[in-house]
Amino acid sequence: MNDTLSVLALYLSKPFVQKALIVGVLIALCSSLLGVTLVLKRLSFIGDGLSHVAFGGMAIAAVLGLGSINMYVILPITVISAIVILSAGQNARIKGDAAIAMISVGALALGYLLMNIFNTSSNLSGDVCSTLFGSTSIMTLSNWNVILCIILSVVVVTFFILLYNYIFAITFDENFAKAVGTKVKILNFVTAIVIAVIIVLAMNLVGSLLVSALIIFPALSAMRIYNSFKSVTIFSAVFSVVCTLSGIILSILINTPVGATIVAVDMVGFLICVIIGALRR
Amino acid sequence: MEELIAKDLTLGYDNSILIKDLSFTLEEGDYLCIVGENGAGKSTLMRTLLGLQKPISGTVEMPGINATEVGYLPQQTKVQRDFPASVKEVVLSGCQSRLKGRLFYSKEDKKLAMDNMVRLGIDDLANNCYRDLSGGQQQRVLLARALCATKKMLLLDEPVAGLDPKVTLEMYDIIKQLNNEGISIIMISHDILSCVRYAKHILHIGSKIYYGTTEEYLASDLGEIYVKGSEAHE
Repeated sequence: MNDTLSVLALYLSKPFVQKALIVGVLIALCSSLLGVTLVLKRLSFIGDGLSHVAFGGMAIAAVLGLGSINMYVILPITVISAIVILSAGQNARIKGDAAIAMISVGALALGYLLMNIFNTSSNLSGDVCSTLFGSTSIMTLSNWNVILCIILSVVVVTFFILLYNYIFAITFDENFAKAVGTKVKILNFVTAIVIAVIIVLAMNLVGSLLVSALIIFPALSAMRIYNSFKSVTIFSAVFSVVCTLSGIILSILINTPVGATIVAVDMVGFLICVIIGALRR
Repeated sequence: MEELIAKDLTLGYDNSILIKDLSFTLEEGDYLCIVGENGAGKSTLMRTLLGLQKPISGTVEMPGINATEVGYLPQQTKVQRDFPASVKEVVLSGCQSRLKGRLFYSKEDKKLAMDNMVRLGIDDLANNCYRDLSGGQQQRVLLARALCATKKMLLLDEPVAGLDPKVTLEMYDIIKQLNNEGISIIMISHDILSCVRYAKHILHIGSKIYYGTTEEYLASDLGEIYVKGSEAHE
């Protein structure tokens, strides 16, 4: 036990671990805040969908020889897709879930196709695997990455707190909000941009396939236990931060992949919430 | 005084016209029921009155009220049925038009929400979860929310859909009570017998459009067919 603790203390004193923890906590916080409204709007899979789009973006960046994690390529593509999916809204011909499925599968296939045709790397399947399941990139963050992440997180959290009442109103009843004059279109637009930014950030942490976990698990866990929007939001933020922190630390101690470990911890947390919820009823 | 004037409205989507050349007015304190077959354009008309959809041609004017000062009771959506929100939160969201650019609700907004919960007898449920309520209670919550948005006019889209007969009667009583307090009502309903019992005016849309007082409607051919048909059905 003492061994474990001293190993932990050793790691925690290393800057790269500290950076990973800071970034992990911030991304967990942001994704859980927006996760509540996404899950309630039946858009749980937007994380998955957009991360596939981002994967497609990576492929394009790689093929163009810009390096596979070129944010100037990935971010705009993801933001545009998010706007298309979210602004379609409840009244669209192609409903939210189908729109997500269509865009995400399309982007995934196209990305893989591009990478295959213009094979730029000797280790193609390794590249694909690490973008899908998260690489070790969270352990190799530069100072600039961390600063960028802090700035964006502050923006996201401020956005969420300031617009909280509007976000609730739109999530609960978009038509009513429109009828009483709330600027639903603009708010959906801004939300789409914020979500896209978070997803691109979160991909670095857990990889594109597991981004959904960061969005869905905290919200679903909180909804098992709490009965008001405010408490669900607060609890899911706490849940997400705690699970991500313990996931990162655990992955260091038992030497497992970071992304998958975080999701495993999320699943355990969800099960505990289900049990508590069942006992309360 | 006229509170709503719809003039020569033509409504529909893209190339399909649902309603042509519809004109009617709503007096202050009126109780108007919109009836008609499914797909005749009742909901489209309501969306137009709310300003959610533009008419192909024609105008809707509301002298004296801002379009955002209309209380709206929409049909429940799938999303709402298992929504983790307290009654208080839902009712308070009816005050969003009062925010006018502010970010947070004021004390007056919260008091208004509380008053409307008391008005509809749901104040004891304030901290309960919306998804745990019965259908009738949920409708009361949404009605309280609509009342936070208006002092003058309520638009109700099938307010009794899915409610059992006893709760349906209660709901109609509440609506009548609100109408007696001076709030104008525009209601979409399938329940033609209750419409002719409570409403002052009837707007029938479909292959034939009819607008007039309830008495005139009952005496008309169209009214006779529909009311008789419903009575036979019951």
